[in-house]
Amino acid sequence: MSSWTKHDYEDIPGTYVFDGKHAHDSYALNKLLFSFCEQANRDEFDADPAAYCDKYGVQGKFKEFVLKQDFLGMLKAGANIYYMAKMAIPRGTSVQDCGAKMQGITTPEFQAKLTAKGQGLEEKLKARGGYWNG
Amino acid sequence: MAKIIGGVTSSHIPAVGNAIANGQTQTPYWKRFFDGYKPAQDWLAKHKPDIAIVVYNDHGLNFFLDKVPTFALGCADTYDNADEGWALKPVAPFKGNAPFSWHIAEKLVEQEFDICTCQEMKVDHGFVNPIRALWGTHEIWPITAIPLAVNVVQHPVPSALRCLKLGKALRKAIESFPEDLKVVVLGTGGMSHQLQGERAGLIDVDFDLETMDRIASDPEWFTQFSNTDIMRRTGTEGIETIMWLVMRGALQDNVKVVHKHYHAPISNTGAGVLVLENTFI
Repeated sequence: MSSWTKHDYEDIPGTYVFDGKHAHDSYALNKLLFSFCEQANRDEFDADPAAYCDKYGVQGKFKEFVLKQDFLGMLKAGANIYYMAKMAIPRGTSVQDCGAKMQGITTPEFQAKLTAKGQGLEEKLKARGGYWNG
Repeated sequence: MAKIIGGVTSSHIPAVGNAIANGQTQTPYWKRFFDGYKPAQDWLAKHKPDIAIVVYNDHGLNFFLDKVPTFALGCADTYDNADEGWALKPVAPFKGNAPFSWHIAEKLVEQEFDICTCQEMKVDHGFVNPIRALWGTHEIWPITAIPLAVNVVQHPVPSALRCLKLGKALRKAIESFPEDLKVVVLGTGGMSHQLQGERAGLIDVDFDLETMDRIASDPEWFTQFSNTDIMRRTGTEGIETIMWLVMRGALQDNVKVVHKHYHAPISNTGAGVLVLENTFI
């Protein structure tokens, strides 16, 4: 097998671009996660998670992450964030929870960092001009 | 002949739909975000477009990663919303216009945009939430809506320049349709945000505001950036803003800025609403 082509986005800090390599390596996992769009599949998974992993060819560390509901591990192993969310959100883990865990902070701390991004917004909009502001 | 009355941009994050469904649009967190939609709603009510072409991305409802079309156009009579895995009640089906869609597909292919045509297409929050924010939630939607999906999820994704060119081709396709239909193009998604990685939570307000102004006045400005540049500056999911270029390319060069609204943060994103009007309408 050939080597994977390198990309200039690979040096962006703290960032995992979902590209062909990730999509290839985590294909079975993402397929399992995609299947959760159907209630019948969610029920089948809940009845026997390990058998469901086997059915979708989810093996090794990927299977471990699914069985442990380790969403961060899944993401690091190449799960797509949108597919991961299909399993995580109904189980009480939000995308913001995962973001916080990635940074080793609590979710309220993560949210406070986001809120800080909006500080001084109305002054910035005024300086630029033409923006609606109530 | 069909004509394009203008374009509107909107965030499409899931939280927008949840806030509407849960009656939270006037809570302190959401009020400024949603109040800023009112002038866009008024503009749509005044001009009454017949058709909205909604440029959005699928998040794993209609398309799985087994087949990922770069550009895909709905060519059906109806489009259903469905369970995305969260067991939420789907909204009512959307009415399409198959003869119009197939005309668009033919004219795009003639212009060398070899688009994927879809006779069945489930539409997810990326399509539904901008419509709900702009027209409200209905059992019978007051607008015919046509999905135009752009892959911004699995790289390689198209460049900003390619999206702008698609918009220009879309304009020719729409304007060559013989019926007197009024069309609005919605560019959805964005603006700066990153959901995953240690850099999750990134928002770049200054870049977003520059983008808002340049999309209106000088959309070519945005095409100087490679997708890596865009992700480096605005986050991996910030790449969604390239979909605004499809909307912008479909409009005339000089547009009237009817409305400009920006809010951050909303969920994890900077959110921008632009209403750009073709002045010949």
